[in-house]
Amino acid sequence: MSTKYNAIVIGAGHNALTSAAFLARAGMKTLVVEKNDYIGGATVSLETYRKDWKYSNCSYVASLLRPEVYRSLKLAKYGLQIVPYGGGATFSQNGDYIGRYVDPDISRREVARHSQRDAHATERFDRDVMRQARFIRQFLLRTPPDPTSFRPRDLLELLYTARAALDLGEDLIYDTMRFYTMSIADFLDEYFEHPLIKASHAGSGIIGSAMGVMSPGTAYVLLHHAMGDVDGSMGAWGFARGGMGAVAQAMHDCFIDLGGRVQIGQGVSRIIVKRGRAVGVALENGDEHYADVIVSGLTLPHTFLECMEASDLDAGFLDRVRHFKIRGSSGKLNIALDGPPRFTALPEGSELARGDLHFVDTMERLERAYDDWKAGTWSKDPYIDLLIPTMTDPSMAPPGKHFMSVFVQYVPPKVDGKDWTDAQVAAFGQNVVNRIEEYAPGFKDLILHMEVRTPRELENEIGLTSGNIFHGELTMDQLSFNRPLPGYAQYRGPVKGLYLCGSSTHPGGGVMAAPGANAAREILGDLRRINTVPEGWLDD
Amino acid sequence: MRTVHFDHRNHARDAAFPSPFHSRQAQHNRMKEWSRWSDYLSVPAYWCADMEYFAGRNACGVFDLTPMIKHRVSGPDALPYLNRLVTRDVAKIKPGRVGYSVWCNEQGRVLDDGTIFHFDEGDYRICSQERQIDWFLTSAQGFDVDVREETHDVAGLALQGPTSFAVLNALGLAGVETLTPFGLTTFDFAGASLTVSRTGFTGDLGYELWVDPDHAETLWDRLFEAGELHGIRAMGSQALDLLRIEAGFILAGIDFLPAWEAVRPSHTRSPFELGLGWLVNFDKGLFTGRRALLEEHERGSRYRLVKLDIAGNKPAKDAYVFGGDGKVIGTVTSAMWSPSAKASIALASVETPHGESGEELDVEIYYQRELKWHRVMARARVVDKAFWDPPRRRQTPPAKF
Repeated sequence: MSTKYNAIVIGAGHNALTSAAFLARAGMKTLVVEKNDYIGGATVSLETYRKDWKYSNCSYVASLLRPEVYRSLKLAKYGLQIVPYGGGATFSQNGDYIGRYVDPDISRREVARHSQRDAHATERFDRDVMRQARFIRQFLLRTPPDPTSFRPRDLLELLYTARAALDLGEDLIYDTMRFYTMSIADFLDEYFEHPLIKASHAGSGIIGSAMGVMSPGTAYVLLHHAMGDVDGSMGAWGFARGGMGAVAQAMHDCFIDLGGRVQIGQGVSRIIVKRGRAVGVALENGDEHYADVIVSGLTLPHTFLECMEASDLDAGFLDRVRHFKIRGSSGKLNIALDGPPRFTALPEGSELARGDLHFVDTMERLERAYDDWKAGTWSKDPYIDLLIPTMTDPSMAPPGKHFMSVFVQYVPPKVDGKDWTDAQVAAFGQNVVNRIEEYAPGFKDLILHMEVRTPRELENEIGLTSGNIFHGELTMDQLSFNRPLPGYAQYRGPVKGLYLCGSSTHPGGGVMAAPGANAAREILGDLRRINTVPEGWLDD
Repeated sequence: MRTVHFDHRNHARDAAFPSPFHSRQAQHNRMKEWSRWSDYLSVPAYWCADMEYFAGRNACGVFDLTPMIKHRVSGPDALPYLNRLVTRDVAKIKPGRVGYSVWCNEQGRVLDDGTIFHFDEGDYRICSQERQIDWFLTSAQGFDVDVREETHDVAGLALQGPTSFAVLNALGLAGVETLTPFGLTTFDFAGASLTVSRTGFTGDLGYELWVDPDHAETLWDRLFEAGELHGIRAMGSQALDLLRIEAGFILAGIDFLPAWEAVRPSHTRSPFELGLGWLVNFDKGLFTGRRALLEEHERGSRYRLVKLDIAGNKPAKDAYVFGGDGKVIGTVTSAMWSPSAKASIALASVETPHGESGEELDVEIYYQRELKWHRVMARARVVDKAFWDPPRRRQTPPAKF
């Protein structure tokens, strides 16, 4: 069986669906093929435990999702609601905690409870992070320039970048260069004196990264988590009502309304290349589909090492793909709870229990957690980003019951160089549960069901190479015009007719939809079709 | 008593704390409206902002100053420390005197302005609108000086207006008549120490009274007893804002953006750009921002903060300012109809070379009449002098009026 399309998009993750929707809106006959029986990729909500219980199985919070895409694809009309949760707490081993509140004055006093000086320094810290966020946001919905090219569009784009840098002012140019190369530990040292305050900010510098708080480059990772917003509230995070799968579902429904077609349950076994041009895909069941362009939402290694023949690619290119830094570092527990856990450090009824919770009080503990990863095992004292979306979202579990999402770092792709065994996965999960129990006695007894995911599960189920949640490390050598590889930052693959639209491309990981949108703009340009992708909104 | 306690983990239940004067403010607060000022509850208007304004110009008004950020600077190096911190020469602020100043970052951009109280040799207090502790402590490295925030340890009241002296006199503060503007002295008061400074934010005769929070209610009660025959009245923040605009005083976060919180550095201002060049002393030795300010002094500034006397009777709130060629050259930062000057007045930030004294500019005013919006262009003349600056402000001993 074979059908001819204008475009075939591989994978039904949120970036793939975004690309597909913009292509379909330009009148292209578009097919999305997805290996799983469900759409969404890592933006997924499954009824893993019971019909009346939804998990956010992989990604679990939203902030980066580009509002331009949200609006342009009418995701609100297709049922997507992002609700801010606000706040959170970081617990220390001595029974205390530092809270982050929605109200800035209360938040300031909370920091002052630990260090009056750090409370004032927080203003400077927020200011400097906001400066960097303002700078980078203007590039999210733009294709990076090729700095070696003399094509007018690249020169103009370079000029745009230079102008934006000059707008920063002289001192900010210095700051920016430092910021992009520093470790989060060194960066925080320039602002804060109290270990707990530093630890409470440090998590954002390592989430999803296979680097430690003392590794150069982690300050940027913090920015990657701070540059988003919920309705203009910069740095705020929210829940997709009904679970993160609601993001993909809304994109999917938009795509279908635009005449798109989605085929689930059949993965791509091979991208068909003829006379140096990608012309179609062969599915696992033997079906072949042909199209003018093939767009891959998969990771860079997944696309080229698993879905293409080596003989269709230049050896040098393939070698660079093999060395793309994409290392799994995190795992996840999805837990159904019989009732709300009680974190004993928090005052009764504290709003902080609705936010993100962490259990680390020094930078040294965070670095030691990374040491375990380097030694080839999971952190015995891991970094945990724990949220209970059902404290805010009434639609995910029965009343009084809860879904708890526990992001865990560090978790290696292999244990001592060998594949994970089921016993090891269980032991990893149990270690995390024991950690949480220390801060919320009785928590274990509330557990009705638990799904444990290590990089093994993340790779096998949703194709995240090595289990890396960002489709590739967010370091300077793999950002902007170097993402995913030098010379391939403009969403075009090494073979004509082949494009990349996943998070391996600029501006990288997270539920952002920017790579998908940018890729669609390039494709439509190449095909001389009308552009359906919105421009970025500027802040000023 | 000290009313702010955020060392307890239950502090988050309420967003703001009552001031030490809260029980008395609540009695006067007929509007039952409260606003937040930093950590405290504050009163926007007790009954009517205009009537409270007139109390400040005709009799006297009492304003709760407790939420002002206060820092104590003491130790052998207090003077050299302050001279490195702020732009003016602090050596000229003798014990028993108060001086106004600004302080800047390395780039010469204003972090905040405030008043420096010199109690004794090596013992100072700085009052400011914004928090400073991280910067003040950073600046203290290398100096033998103790710097701490004492905002919540000191209760403050401003007593402002022509009868303010008469009230203090009736309160029995012997010798207060000798206090000259920016003078500072202490009295025994109900078993406590009461600090009185002839300072204020209204450009009129007035005083600020400082006491430990345990004696706050007593001070309020005794002040209102003493003032009963002198037209004393509680005054809210809206009235104070009108009084300070007439006096031509600038406010952090309104008339300039403190550099500490500026995401956009180009939106900050230097002392010169705020009309505060007179506070910059290049001869006293190094101070933070000196190099940048010297460069700006030689090269010229980009902005100028000006006072505008605007034709007609419409307040020019948030108005654009136009130069002669019709180009936008600035914006109004504060504006009002001045009941005392009987003029529409404003503070505005304009691009140089505009803003020379006497220059004629235009402002675009939007105003509403019964839900219908109107727009008018009005002539605006740059003026030098404050809109309100009566001789009684400086007269010593003051008259009792």
